[in-house]
Amino acid sequence: MGSNMAENHPVAFQWVVEARTAGARLLHVDPRFTRTSALADLHVPLRAGTDIAFLGALIHQVIERDAIFRDYVVPYTNAATILGEDYEDTDELGGRFSGFDAERSGYDPASWAYEGGEVSAAAGDRSAGGATGEQAHGAHGAEAGGDTERDDALQHPRCVYQVLRRHFARYTPEMVEDVCGVPRERLLAVADALIANSGPERTSAIAYAVGWTQHSTGVQNIRAAAILQLLLGNIGRPGGGIMALRGHASIQGSTDIPTLYNILPGYLPMPPAREEGEDTLARYLDENRPDVGFWHGVDAYTISLLKAWWGESATAENEYGFGHLPRIGDDHSHYRTTLEMLDGKVRGFFVMGENPVVGTANSRLHRLAFSRLDWMVVRDMGEIEAATWWRDGAEVEDGELRTADIGTEVFLMPAAAHTEKAGTFTNTERLLQWREQAVEPPGDARSELWFMVHLGRRVRTRLAASDDPRDRGVLDLTWDYPLHGAREEPDPEDVLREIGGVDAEGHPLDGYAKLAADGSTACGCWIYAGVTAGGVNRPARRRPHGEQGHAAPEWGWAWPMNRRILYNRASAAPDGRPWSERKSWVWWDADAKTWTGEDEVDFPLDTAPGHRPAEGATGPDALAGDDPFVMQADGKGWLFAPSGLVDGPLPTHYEPEESPVPNALYPQRRNPARRTAPRPDNPYHPSGGQAGGEVFPYVFTTYRLTEHHAAGGMSRWLPRLAELQPEMFVEVSPALARERGLENAGWATIVTARGAIEARVLVTERIAPLRIGRRTVHQVGLPFHWGSAGVSRGDPANELLSIVMDPNVHIGEYKAATCDVLAGRRPRGRERRALVEAYRRRAGIGDDGHGGGEP
Amino acid sequence: MSAPELPLTRWYGEEAHARVGFFTDTSICIGCKACEVACKTWNDVPEDGLDFTGESYDNTGELGASTWRHVAFVERPPADVEGPEGMRWLMSSDVCKHCTSAACLEVCPTGALFRTEFGTVVVQPDVCNGCGYCVSACPFGVIDRRQEDGRAFKCTLCYDRLKGGLEPACAAACPTDSIQFGALDDLRERAQARVETLHAEGVTEARLYGEDPGDGIAGAGAFFLLLDAPEVYGLPPDPVSTTRHLGEEWAAAGAAALTLAAGLAAAVLAGRRGR
Repeated sequence: MGSNMAENHPVAFQWVVEARTAGARLLHVDPRFTRTSALADLHVPLRAGTDIAFLGALIHQVIERDAIFRDYVVPYTNAATILGEDYEDTDELGGRFSGFDAERSGYDPASWAYEGGEVSAAAGDRSAGGATGEQAHGAHGAEAGGDTERDDALQHPRCVYQVLRRHFARYTPEMVEDVCGVPRERLLAVADALIANSGPERTSAIAYAVGWTQHSTGVQNIRAAAILQLLLGNIGRPGGGIMALRGHASIQGSTDIPTLYNILPGYLPMPPAREEGEDTLARYLDENRPDVGFWHGVDAYTISLLKAWWGESATAENEYGFGHLPRIGDDHSHYRTTLEMLDGKVRGFFVMGENPVVGTANSRLHRLAFSRLDWMVVRDMGEIEAATWWRDGAEVEDGELRTADIGTEVFLMPAAAHTEKAGTFTNTERLLQWREQAVEPPGDARSELWFMVHLGRRVRTRLAASDDPRDRGVLDLTWDYPLHGAREEPDPEDVLREIGGVDAEGHPLDGYAKLAADGSTACGCWIYAGVTAGGVNRPARRRPHGEQGHAAPEWGWAWPMNRRILYNRASAAPDGRPWSERKSWVWWDADAKTWTGEDEVDFPLDTAPGHRPAEGATGPDALAGDDPFVMQADGKGWLFAPSGLVDGPLPTHYEPEESPVPNALYPQRRNPARRTAPRPDNPYHPSGGQAGGEVFPYVFTTYRLTEHHAAGGMSRWLPRLAELQPEMFVEVSPALARERGLENAGWATIVTARGAIEARVLVTERIAPLRIGRRTVHQVGLPFHWGSAGVSRGDPANELLSIVMDPNVHIGEYKAATCDVLAGRRPRGRERRALVEAYRRRAGIGDDGHGGGEP
Repeated sequence: MSAPELPLTRWYGEEAHARVGFFTDTSICIGCKACEVACKTWNDVPEDGLDFTGESYDNTGELGASTWRHVAFVERPPADVEGPEGMRWLMSSDVCKHCTSAACLEVCPTGALFRTEFGTVVVQPDVCNGCGYCVSACPFGVIDRRQEDGRAFKCTLCYDRLKGGLEPACAAACPTDSIQFGALDDLRERAQARVETLHAEGVTEARLYGEDPGDGIAGAGAFFLLLDAPEVYGLPPDPVSTTRHLGEEWAAAGAAALTLAAGLAAAVLAGRRGR
């Protein structure tokens, strides 16, 4: 669900095919019939943007049929925990939770707390609704501590299980027909299959991909899947789980060692900006250290990171260089930064491994934003649109901008391909795999590592004479990577060693348990600690699966601690014995008084199943013997999230920002906490049931094809790939083709209030019109690979999208919006904008960008 | 050691290998086209057209001089149901069949086409004179001439890789093992077992295509498991080697020629007589 694995992860999909030949059933829930559906036992098409309605109905089925895995749910999740009296659900408040502040479109989560428990935000001022803490919890159990009340019979009206039951009571099979367009028999068939395939003897897995995150309810989509899997006992067990298929190679790695503005390596929060004197390391550590579980070691993780970065100059006296870290006081995510470019607040911009003009929502807004910069640096393998917009962008082509008037200086730096540099990929399953360099990069092309190391060297040379205190952070960095060969290439293994951690003598550490808070250890990313244990490049290990056990621990290395299944204490029953022989993974060895098994155990090894922590115990010692969720402050899997999410403790169906229909479940139409940026260059459509909503009657969704890579930088320049999908196309049903007079292989124009693009028409029965209530909803499919450069060229689908975001992670809603479709090619020159403007007027979209307005 | 229908040992002596080929199991093809790309990359086959066809996800069209692997995409909407229930999307990677009775090879006047020690059929571009007889001889429409070059090209089953002990590029790249490479005898056994498994699972439409040494091409070196009739995938239902009936045709032509000659002789004689 939310994934087209066969097309976008074909190499990983081989294991699905293999499982299927071994008897596994594959169910595919997706708006389109894709190459994944072709291999599935059952395909369930649904309206784009209604995933929570569908998952909520599955949760409802599991609860109503009393099909929960009770022996797992009661001890291992927070089902039995009792909530405070102040909590009010969407049921009672028309689709909002208690604590909503309409002024700032955000929640105060205080009322979501456990009875008797206090909720404190791990990253400080999260409750203020600023951006600083929103993402900072990531993997990070937000504090829920205190002594909580429980009802193991799950009967107390305020226990999480009963709250959950009431919350999802309205997610009935009938509702799924009206909201998702899925006939009830299909929903029940999926529920039957999941329930039958879960329990002590069997497990089911849910695979999703980036598409699921690309909704204004993205994080809650995944939360809904997590609730379902917890209720069925499918987390922490072999064959279970929720698999996040990442968008491309090492996206997982780029969150672990982040390219994100608000986290530090290993999901440590970026410190917030504060008044002088209040901004201390002690306060930062105190705020981020829960009493229970492995996050309690945050002081050792943070200080070891500071030691890795500032080495000898990081001392207890100068807070190990904590003052050198950047501070954040606001949202500095991609879109916010782009909007600030438009407002003239950003002067320079680096684009590395991205092609925002093609790959990100509202292409035009991006081009206009870039035209206000002083300079930008683009590193890529080819001359991608991010580097050519000033001469071939739509505004230049249409005569709206003149190249001569654009002041932005664009530097294109040639980048080495993955075959031309060594290093690691960290993929979906947190698995690091080393790759060797096969050939030298051509000409001036260089690796990212080369670029960053040499850029750092040059900056440091320029600053060498500076006595400005703010430059000390740069000058004191450990930036002494040995350089090799005529090209002065750094060795990525040196960086891996720094990430994996060393002790005071420089010996590689075995794991994060060895990290110390006294400055005696250095480690670039605590969750990667041990990746070079024993001086071995563990990601480079390649022992075939036939030569080792089930968990294949000697193929690469998985963080943390080479653990292949997280929270795997849950693979054993509370008494420490495997739930079944068939699904055994780790277990308690009563004779040896230790946990053991196929995998690295994700639990304190000597904590017996029946253990109860002593009063006042902290950290891992505070975990009870049946607390498998060792990173959570209460050791339990969270069906209900008392803190850590900014848009509610439970997933709730909201319509996308742009939808053909009102919300059939609540008066609240859209996610009330979603992030919007209404402005003339980022307008929103009215939705169905609002004035002007009929002007954009069709739902469209964007996606990728196997034949191309993301924004095209690695495929549209290669003739042997480009010829396989040579042109931008739009997929429509035969019924919509008739309705709009579209001819197969002819041309169509797709229009939104942001832009108009043209595409070749592919009429296919794989796109089916859906019955939503009493009307037919047509969906339109648009691959997003194309742009104005390369061997294969075409209009970018992202010209059509607005910037509207999930509030937790600021990911844009790319997967569901509305449009109109016309036969024929789009107008040229200024006529194109005129067409878009005419649509905006017809839909009654104001100059402020508001279409339907709130909610 | 080699399949009985080709006497590779007699021809190649100690150099003979077990006859090898492809078993393409289309029931697990995901249409990724990695085979097409790997083939072109390894064999340095050029791009042959950035044309949008509107034929499902197939913009390759057909096998040809510059397309040695071609993934067919066949959308089979249900006949009686509205919407996608029962929708099928068949994908199949087509390739030269490396026929036991290979008409292309038999009609080649220069010997450019030859049978290798692996039992495969390969064109030698440095010998090919571009006559094109092979093009019309192939019952599958596989081999073709490059417009700008004139010579004929097709799948070599990666002869150079085989010589180096490697499997062909397409099979190596196939992520799901839809394309399986190996000794033909083994592949035939494996394919038979796979069909039986699918039948037992209720996939009664599964069938093998080209595996039978008794068919019109005396069995293919590259054969398939299909989930529908061959015509659905654009494959001839009952391919027959164009040279199979050549003996009879030559006999008939000979008889006709004799008749004609006799007639001519009679006419000449009659003419003389009439002078």
